[in-house]
Order: sequence, then C-alpha cells, then structure tokens
Amino acid sequence: MALIEIRGVTTIFGPAPPTALRKLRSGLDKAALLASGHTLGLDDVDLDIRAGEIFVVMGPSGSGKSTLLRHINRLIEPTAGRVFVDGTDVMALGPRELVALRRRRMAMVFQGFGLLDHRSVVDNVALGLELRGVGQRERRTRAMQWIERVGLSGYEQHLPEQLSGGMRQRVGLARALASETDIVLMDEPFSALDPPIRAQLQQELLALQAEQGRTVVFVTHDLDEALRLGSRLAILCDGAVVQVGTPWEVLTRPADDPTADFARHVNRARALAIGSALAPWPADLPMPAPGNTTDAVDADASIEQVLHRLVGRTDPLAVRRGSVIVGQVSMSSVRALLAPPDRACSRSTSGGGEKRSG
Amino acid sequence: MGDGVPPTLFPDWQTPLQEATNTAIDALVIGFGDEFEAVSQALLAVLLPLEQALRSAAPWLVLAIASTLAFAASRRWQFALGTGGGLWAIGALGQWDPAMQTLALILVAVLVCLVVGLPLGVWSARSRWVQRVVSPTLDLMQTIPSFVYLIPAAMLFGLGKVPAILATVIYAAPPLVRLTALGVSQVNAEVTEAARAFGATRWQTLTKVQLPLALPSIMQGINQTTMMALAMVVIASMIGARGVGETVLVGLQRNDPGMGLVGGLAIVILAILLDRLLQACGVRLQPRRPVRSSWIAPWR
Repeated sequence: MALIEIRGVTTIFGPAPPTALRKLRSGLDKAALLASGHTLGLDDVDLDIRAGEIFVVMGPSGSGKSTLLRHINRLIEPTAGRVFVDGTDVMALGPRELVALRRRRMAMVFQGFGLLDHRSVVDNVALGLELRGVGQRERRTRAMQWIERVGLSGYEQHLPEQLSGGMRQRVGLARALASETDIVLMDEPFSALDPPIRAQLQQELLALQAEQGRTVVFVTHDLDEALRLGSRLAILCDGAVVQVGTPWEVLTRPADDPTADFARHVNRARALAIGSALAPWPADLPMPAPGNTTDAVDADASIEQVLHRLVGRTDPLAVRRGSVIVGQVSMSSVRALLAPPDRACSRSTSGGGEKRSG
Repeated sequence: MGDGVPPTLFPDWQTPLQEATNTAIDALVIGFGDEFEAVSQALLAVLLPLEQALRSAAPWLVLAIASTLAFAASRRWQFALGTGGGLWAIGALGQWDPAMQTLALILVAVLVCLVVGLPLGVWSARSRWVQRVVSPTLDLMQTIPSFVYLIPAAMLFGLGKVPAILATVIYAAPPLVRLTALGVSQVNAEVTEAARAFGATRWQTLTKVQLPLALPSIMQGINQTTMMALAMVVIASMIGARGVGETVLVGLQRNDPGMGLVGGLAIVILAILLDRLLQACGVRLQPRRPVRSSWIAPWR
C-alpha cells in the first residue's frame, strides 16, 4: 500500500463548487464551467506516493500542482474525492486530528519561504517542535543540529531579512526537517533562487534524502529539476494527471506534446542520474570489497558529472547508493541513454531495445 | 421647520426621531440602570486606585519612575532626562495634580480601547462581513460631534469620569481598530499558511504569527489612539472629569487666556511624552536589528 493515496480528487474553485461539480458530471464542458465563474483546479486525480521516494509533481503554472500538494495536508479541501495517509482518510479527520496529523506526519517548504520575519533563524527552525509542545531548551538543541546540517551555523540568531534567498530557503528546509515528520511537502522550493544556488540546494536535498529517506512530494514547473530529483514523476496538465513514471520513462516516452517538446530540449547528461544507466555487476568480475567505495560513483550524481571517468574506460565503473555497491555503468549503457533510438524509427522496426509502450 | 419653507415639501422626521431617541434613552436609564451602574463601578474600580496612586505619590517618585520607564524603552539617557524635565515643567506650571488626574483617565481610556479595539480589529481582518459593519461604524464614531453622545452618556452614567472615559473611547478607538485590522490583514498569506501547515491552531496562528507581525501597525494604532484621547480632555472636563482640561475650561469661562495657555501647555507636554514613550516601546518590541533610533528622541 502506498503511503499517500489520492483518489478521485476533483477540486472546483468558484462561488458554488458542489453545483458546478454536478453539472460537470452531467456533461457540462469546461468552457461553460468557466463562464459560470468556476475554474477546475483538479480533475479526477489519482496518485499513489510510496514511502521513501521523492515524488515530483511537474506541470506548467496553472496546472494545479500546488493545489494538489495542499490537498495532502488539507490546506485546500477537494470538492470530491479522498486523500489517504497511511490508510487514514484525511478528509474525515476532525480539527484536532488534522492539527495532530500536520504536526506529526508532514512538514512543508514554500516557494516564498514562508518564514516568520519577527523570529530568529533558530526560532523559525524550531516552529514545528514548538507547535507540537516540545520544551524550549529541547527544541533549540534540536533546531541547532539542523541549522548546522544545512550549513547555517553562526546565523542562528539572525533574522530572516538579514539572509540571502538561498540561505532563507535553507532555513525553510531545516524547519521542515527539524519537525521530524516522515512526509515533507515541497512547493516549488527552489524556483525563486538563482540557478547556481538552485543547483546547489538540489544537490544538498539529494544528499539529505539519501541519509534521511523521508517521503518527499516535490512540486516544480522545471522539467530539468523534476528529472534530477524525482524517483518518480507525475505530469499535470490543466488539473489532470497525464503521465506517471520514472524520469527515464517521462524523458524517453513523454505522454503529451508539451512534455515531449520539453524533453527534446533537456540536457539528458545533466538531467539523468547515473543510476538510470545502471547495469548489474558482471558475474565474471570480482566485486569491490564491501566498504571499499572510494572508486565508486554516487547513483544520484548526474551523468555529466561522471562522464569524464567513463571516457576511454574498459572495466566497469562501480555505482554506490550510500555505502552499498548497487551495480555498474559503462560507456555503452550511458550512450544508449544519451542518444536513444528515434521514437518513430524504433516503433516502425518494432524496436528491439524499446520497452512496452506506455 | 424652517421659516418660509412650504410645509408640504418636507415630511416631519424631526419630531418622531427626537421622541423615539428620548424614549429609548429613558427606557435604558430606567430598565438597565443596574447594568450601567455595574459598568460604571467596574471602570471606577480601575481608574480610582490608579488616580489615587498617581496623585498621592511624591512627585519626585513619579518623575523617577517615568524617567526610568523612558530609559528602559529607549536606552537613551537624553530621552529619560527629557521625560523627567517635561513632567517637572508640568509641576512648575502648577498643573501637577490635574495632570495626574488626566494621565489616569487617559491610561484607563486607552486600556478600554485596547480591550475592545484589538479583538474588533482582528475580527474585522478575518471576516469581510464584520469589516463591512465595523468600517462605517468607525467612520461614524470619528465624525459625529462628541456632544451628541456626551448627552446620553451623561444621562446613562451620570456626570463625572465614567461618561468622560466612554466619550474618549468612542472618539479615540477607531485608529487602533483600523490599524490592527490593517496590520493583521497585511501579514503575508504564505506565512500564515506555513503556520497552519505545521499544525498551528487558529489561536496559535494569531498569537505566534499574525499579532507579532502586525505589532508595528498595532503600536502605531495605540500611539494615535493615545493622542486622540488627549485631544478629548477639554471636552471630558465639561462633563465633570476634572484634570488639566478643567484648567483650559476655566480659562475659557473666566476670559483668562493665560490660564488657558497654562492648561494647554500641560496637555501638549503630556502628549509629547506619551507619544515618544510609545514610539520607543514600539521600536523596542521589534525584533532586534541594527539600532536606528535617532528619530525617537527629539532632543539631541
């Protein structure tokens, strides 16, 4: 069973959503719905989000991805449909239970950071613990650990306004992680940041996630970012899910034209992790000794970062996840990813390497 | 009915409105005398001890306490000295005792404004419906001449300090309500959303996020309310509230401009001191950042 299950969620914004929903179900088209002053935020969304993955919700602005994210902690309520967390129906919770769920199970990171400007960094980071009733000394100690973890030591008494954008979002990240919830909701957390800072924070998020293994639901409009971070992706368009799959699946077999168009312009070497080119360790070669991972590359590193070590190499390059060797990559497996056979072409020859179409 | 106007053009609204109002006030006086008496007693229970304390304390003690407060709020000895000097000048003008009466009245009136105005401001920031009712009511409170409500207030509470406090509250509360509502509604929506996402209840969102972030605006409201309350002291003295307002009033009645000036100066000094003190408090209550306080103290 998935950790978070979204079932038939339809959300209409406007003066009378239930009436509009009834009309929509009896065949009213979207143009007429819009004319009645309603907009269709989400259109019958079904999703399963598994424990421990980074699940990316991707889509252009206005596609309903931030709305969808806010259904998981019920900041927005659907007009129809249900959301289950660990089998618990979030829509059926009373006010107290909902508050308890938000305190214990899910934290959130915001695009505009959502920091309390009147509080120091440490008191911002401790917010989740404070609301949960953890004592002052205890929550400060724990907050300080996270401040150090995101590289903000020495800034704990600063006010948010004294920090740069990237540093503020580190505070946002530390606040979410310090709450010690198993679910972290991230609403375009890096979209407001400069590209170099964004790349750096993406890298750090992956490193943190490798160590923490929380369930992250990550919203972005940036396919590069989605491919870089996501264990799996859902592509949203006009409030409806058009595709769910791994980065590799989305990149190589995009389900809709906008995504296909975008996928063509993606720098695959940068967007795909080396882990996507993973092959099993050859049986005829000795495995590197356990613990000896100095020569191995991280599965989450991009192909671009690893490419220089593959060029001209004849023996397999070991790939690790944490400190465990999970397989190997070679130039040929990477080349297949970077320059895949043309879609139309491979289909017409009932393509050998192509997996079943999706 | 004005002379020369054909009586057929205007219907007579004056007589029924006048009579209905008077009947209603009479009914209130007779029917709810005990309730009004209870309100009156409650206000006096706060006001009288405060007034008693201020008037009976040795003036040097009051000077010392005020200067200490001023220093605690501003961390500037010039301002502390100025506060002490201002109060000393009030004494030298022969207005010490009435000024203490006025100060007690103002403090209680501002307290009532806070108790009523803060929740009302928060409420109207949270509900568009409440705002639609509150906003025109505040306009009315600020524009209607104070004598209009002084007459029924005096009838309901008797002459003296209580109707003076209520009249002051009616006149002075609007800026506090408005600036509280403004401050709360200007809090970034993403910040309140963040609080909710982390499991804050409505009360926690209010006390930990909205009110602290609205604090600069609220402090400005308190400041304005205090200044407007001071503007009411002469009118308050007309219904028997005593204080420095009475000095001005007596000057007016006796055709004694010198006396009027003395009372006026005492009011102005009180106003300046309270204004600066509240502004310094406002800055002190801000989260700590590089000090930038040169505009607080006028004397440097």
